[in-house]
Amino acid sequence: MDGSASALDEPRNIDQGLSRSDRVFVTSARSVGVFVFVLVAAIGLFLGYQALPTLHHYGFRFFTETQWVPERNIVGLAAVLLGTVEVALIALAVGFPLALFTALFVSEYAPARVRTACVSLIDLMAAVPSIIYGLWGFFLLQPRAMLVARFLAQHFSFIPFFRVDTDPNAAAWAQSKFTASAFIAGLAVSMMVIPLAAAIMRGVFAQAPLGEREAAKALGATRWGVIKTVVLPFGRRGIIGGTMLALGRALGETIAVALIISPAFEIKWHVLSVGTATVSALIAGRFGEATHAQLSALLAAGFVLFAMTLGVNTVAAVFVNRSRSGEGSEI
Amino acid sequence: MTVVDLDRPRPVSTRTFDDYAALGGAAVGSLATVWLLYSRVFATQGALGFIVCWYVGFIALYAAVSAFTQPRVTVVDRAISAVVHGGAAVVGIALATTIGYVFVKGWPALHHLNFYTQDMGGVRPTAPLTQGGVRHAVVGSAIEVGLAVVMAMPLGVATAVYMAEVGGRLSNAVRTVIEAMTALPDILAGLFVYTVLIIGLHWERTGLAASIALAVTMLPVVARSAEVVLKVVPSGLREASLALGASKWQTTTGVVLPTARSGLATSLIIGIARITGETAPLLIVSGASTFFNTNPTHDPMNSLPLYIFTAVRSGETNFVARGYGAAAFLVLLVLGLFALTRVLARGRLESK
Repeated sequence: MDGSASALDEPRNIDQGLSRSDRVFVTSARSVGVFVFVLVAAIGLFLGYQALPTLHHYGFRFFTETQWVPERNIVGLAAVLLGTVEVALIALAVGFPLALFTALFVSEYAPARVRTACVSLIDLMAAVPSIIYGLWGFFLLQPRAMLVARFLAQHFSFIPFFRVDTDPNAAAWAQSKFTASAFIAGLAVSMMVIPLAAAIMRGVFAQAPLGEREAAKALGATRWGVIKTVVLPFGRRGIIGGTMLALGRALGETIAVALIISPAFEIKWHVLSVGTATVSALIAGRFGEATHAQLSALLAAGFVLFAMTLGVNTVAAVFVNRSRSGEGSEI
Repeated sequence: MTVVDLDRPRPVSTRTFDDYAALGGAAVGSLATVWLLYSRVFATQGALGFIVCWYVGFIALYAAVSAFTQPRVTVVDRAISAVVHGGAAVVGIALATTIGYVFVKGWPALHHLNFYTQDMGGVRPTAPLTQGGVRHAVVGSAIEVGLAVVMAMPLGVATAVYMAEVGGRLSNAVRTVIEAMTALPDILAGLFVYTVLIIGLHWERTGLAASIALAVTMLPVVARSAEVVLKVVPSGLREASLALGASKWQTTTGVVLPTARSGLATSLIIGIARITGETAPLLIVSGASTFFNTNPTHDPMNSLPLYIFTAVRSGETNFVARGYGAAAFLVLLVLGLFALTRVLARGRLESK
């Protein structure tokens, strides 16, 4: 009696382990995961490893030198990094308000009938290849944006950024001084970051609690009142995260920028005037004639760019709330 | 005592004639004022700047006119509403002009039949549009994208299955690394493949090298979006399957993957649309051929984005026109893929 009772108290082992087929499944799935992990990590490590000789050779001067003349052993990122950041910031300065307005329009102002169509249009905008935006920026936008640049140079040249080293008021003004600039490249890149940022912001705005919206309306809030008190505070993380992701995208954009800018390796704060350089456009333009050492320098430049985008995206990931990624949805 | 008609809802939008008059009056008034200032007083040129100034003037005037009759709250609401509508309109117009411009400029090349049936082998860039075409670029794009999909899709889905169905501490590390890799600028994928395969292993610049570069950019995108799709599969279905005695493997292949099929197809097509237009890595690794080449392991292979890039940089009128034709064709392809995802997504909604 005693013996059998103690046997009953002992819990039956319900975890019978995995069957053989499942062991094979789990093991092979895990090995695929490990393979992808190694592959992807190897790319990052490879870039870092290839960058080492250059960083070792040039030391800190790699970040302070402006010229990029590998033939004369002068290689530095100062001008290129500044150009990259300038183009990305101009893209954000133009793209952030437009993305925010677009997201607000779709989630707050658009009639319910056209809302789905608007969401599709944002997705479509994100799917248009970047070279198409490059064509648009170079051939359609540049002749028009050039005049805007001249207008800014004429009337706002007291702001140092808007100065152009030519006389914008001259009757026969030097048009070429206002083309191929960081400003125009930034405008083209903004087209690529707007759908990215707008889609994330809209997604967050759509989740703003209905009860609070209704409460605000019941208290007599106008549409802007609802946005200001409910939607924007609720969506703050999405706004910041979406903008950071857009910044990461803008930093790495290659082909549209390479199509528009004319390369210039100098520290240049005058964003309206001709010539700038970005890391990705530098790589696209220089890899062809690169010798081994030059390739290493380009890889080092690429690694610095990757480190920047990675940092920006990591911060973005902290902000963009991804509550759903943890668990499966219920029936 | 007044009888309230309960059946008829009270109109909640109370726009009066006065409101519409304020809107229209502000638009016309600001147009006149800005025209006077812009083209007469400051004598500036450029339609883009004019429209921007007109819009700023319109908002200022609209707010001012509203302020005569409305309280401050309403004035602010109206001004913000005008700003938001204007911003969305700018984005819409920019998208419309982008796509429209490509088609308008591409039409001279697009309406010649030889544009689709011939390649550029032996055709000078200056040749008239009745000679030469994009056949080699279209076929090259199809081969490169196809190979990239064959490499990236199974790996991506398997990784997603691992992260979503097997899990464990290691899967979090895999997820972190994959998310980090979506930050990789596309040109660096090209530079990586160029350094390893072409410089390191002395490959030629071929279509295969290009598709490897494309697969590298596609893999994190597919893995991440496929994982999201698998996570959306209701866990009740999994539990039901396991409760009936099915193994994990049977649950995954018999329940989870079939349920997620249309979602997986969508993520696949998004990945394809993304790499079809990818130019930067191809610029580095594939090399642009002018001739027809279906062998991805030998000789350079052209592709649509690369064709567009070389064509518009050439400066030759006819070659630029061909570039636009190719761009329009590329946009059509992407639009087609995009429409396909919508159809699939709708199918998924209806089956629920």
